[in-house]
Amino acid sequence: MPAKNLILIEHDRRQIKRPSLHAITAARQLGGDYALLLLGQGLDELAQSLVGYGASTIFVADDPALAEPLADRYAKVIADAFRKSAASALIGTSSTFSKDVLPRAAALLDVPMLTDVIAIEEYEGSLSYRRPISAGSMLATVQLSSERRVLTIRAAAFGAPASDPAVSLVEKLTIDAASLPNGMKFISREERVSDRPDLTEARVVIGGGRPLKDKETFDRLVGGLADLLGGAIGATRAAVDTGLAPNDFQIGQTGKVIAPELYIALGISGAIQHLAGIKDSRVIVAINKDPDAPIFQMATYGLVGDLHQLVPQLIEAVRNA
Amino acid sequence: MTQPIAKILVPFKSVPDPYEAAAPGGTGATAKSVINPFDEIAIEEALRIRERGEASEIVGLTIGAPAVDEQVRAALAMGVDRAIRIDDARALDPYAVARILRTVVEKEAPQMVLMGKQAVDDDSNQVGQMLAGLLGWPQATFVSRIEFLEDRICARCTRETDAGLEVVDITLPAVITTDLRLNEPRYVSLPGLMKARKKPIEVLTCAQLGVQVEPQTTTISTARPPKRSAGTRVESVEELVAKLKEEAKVL
Ligand SMILES: Cc1cc2nc3c(=O)[nH]c(=O)nc-3n(C[C@H](O)[C@H](O)[C@H](O)COP(=O)(O)OP(=O)(O)OC[C@H]3O[C@@H](n4cnc5c(N)ncnc54)[C@H](O)[C@@H]3O)c2cc1C
Ligand SMILES: Nc1ncnc2c1ncn2[C@@H]1O[C@H](COP(=O)(O)O)[C@@H](O)[C@H]1O
Repeated sequence: MPAKNLILIEHDRRQIKRPSLHAITAARQLGGDYALLLLGQGLDELAQSLVGYGASTIFVADDPALAEPLADRYAKVIADAFRKSAASALIGTSSTFSKDVLPRAAALLDVPMLTDVIAIEEYEGSLSYRRPISAGSMLATVQLSSERRVLTIRAAAFGAPASDPAVSLVEKLTIDAASLPNGMKFISREERVSDRPDLTEARVVIGGGRPLKDKETFDRLVGGLADLLGGAIGATRAAVDTGLAPNDFQIGQTGKVIAPELYIALGISGAIQHLAGIKDSRVIVAINKDPDAPIFQMATYGLVGDLHQLVPQLIEAVRNA
Repeated sequence: MTQPIAKILVPFKSVPDPYEAAAPGGTGATAKSVINPFDEIAIEEALRIRERGEASEIVGLTIGAPAVDEQVRAALAMGVDRAIRIDDARALDPYAVARILRTVVEKEAPQMVLMGKQAVDDDSNQVGQMLAGLLGWPQATFVSRIEFLEDRICARCTRETDAGLEVVDITLPAVITTDLRLNEPRYVSLPGLMKARKKPIEVLTCAQLGVQVEPQTTTISTARPPKRSAGTRVESVEELVAKLKEEAKVL
């Protein structure tokens, strides 16, 4: 079934990544009907869970050859699905998954692409798109001369889609495994078990910077506060570079973009590359011993002092609150 | 021992200095240009591969106006063997850049293209993946470790993803894009800079390459984002907790 927009949906085998559903909100703003696209292996349940968002079709590419998200195969299947659906816009949510596969699909389709769109507007009778550039220090308004296009959107800027009772048709795509590119092989993925919420979906995020010194201190202070508040843990590049936290905890221009209700920054100076990832937090708390740290210019509540003293006190106070 | 990789091509972009912008109070706008930090990491990695005896020649490549020759010299000073500048002063978009790069790759026939994951001015994170798609080559993006296997038929790459580290093997020729933690680039030495002055820069045009591309994206305006105003200073942990509970209602 043809559709005006095709949306790439992301999952981790167990469940749909909620932020990837926000692309539906963007598609509704673009106008016209939309289809969803899911790739992987063993997707029946996940596909069923996508019914109820008003998509005309849920395209499912379910094949052992797609068990791992290898960019060369995925981009080909996505490009084929885009042609088949005759859509004009291919939309995904900004994540390392879509940033890996969608530009490649765009090239296969011979269409331009915009990354990290935060707003869709009308300008002189045609569409324009707003996106942050230079670590979010500027916002660019961009137009495309091509009707066919690929977009990734920032989940926080579009919000979760309301449900829609319209019937969605689930359509299995035929995958000819032999015709797929074969130059990439999946070897392994770090499996880290955590009870904490996903950084990009968490209501509360605790971020730690360089002065957390060692992993033990980082886990005790940042982790301690996160556990108490049911929050996720984030870190600056400096903290990740020095091994205090794993790479996927990095928040900022080149890490994750978060938009929680509450972000607590512990020993973080507030470089623009870090601020690029936290601007959409509703409440920002900063604890820093330097009263002139730039983070205070953005913090809703700032507390000047030594985090090694203040954070244990804060943990105590929150526990008793 | 089999042969080293004959040629690695490293595309790099000249961008406003992000380290100046990163300084406390920095606004993001600076006059000084540098090699895009991710591309500097790509150059460094290519040099290390060559220094280990696993590659023979490193070719640097940039698309830009004559003013970017300063960054081309910096790449040569780091140790790139030779450099090409495609003379094009237009505001190109990633897909236009990828199509121009593709023609150079076809001309130079490297076994590997090593480049940044993202230009820190436009923050697109597209060109490498597009180039790989146009060439039909395997890709490994956001890479923090590269190791060669099977007599360098294949590269084992560790990728930084939203879910943590992932390892993939890719068959060469391939495109690899770098993440921050792949290495720490060397400083350019003064003798290196002096020597670089004598190395030639090959200047080509799109017409000479036989490629005609028009950017399909137009920036109609740029503006500063709404500023988040500084809030309240609190004097104690008790005051903070009270504010979070009663005023912000987040606890
Ligand atoms: C291309 C590029 C991309 C980048 N991408 C990112 C990114 O995605 N994310 C990111 O975070 N960074 C990124 N950076 C790095 C960024 O510029 C900063 O270097 C980094 O964010 C600094 O981390 P930090 O705040 O932990 O460390 P610092 O800047 O060293 O700040 C530490 C702060 O802790 C305070 N402090 C020290 N001791 C104590 C104490 N005992 N109690 C309380 N406070 C204390 C200090 O006053 C200081 O303000 C990038 C940089 C570049 C060039
Ligand atoms: N003008 C250019 N000349 C050479 N390489 C470029 C140019 N623009 C982008 N690149 C390369 O493409 C990568 C990704 O850029 P982007 O997709 O724009 O974020 C950069 O890290 C560079 O390696």
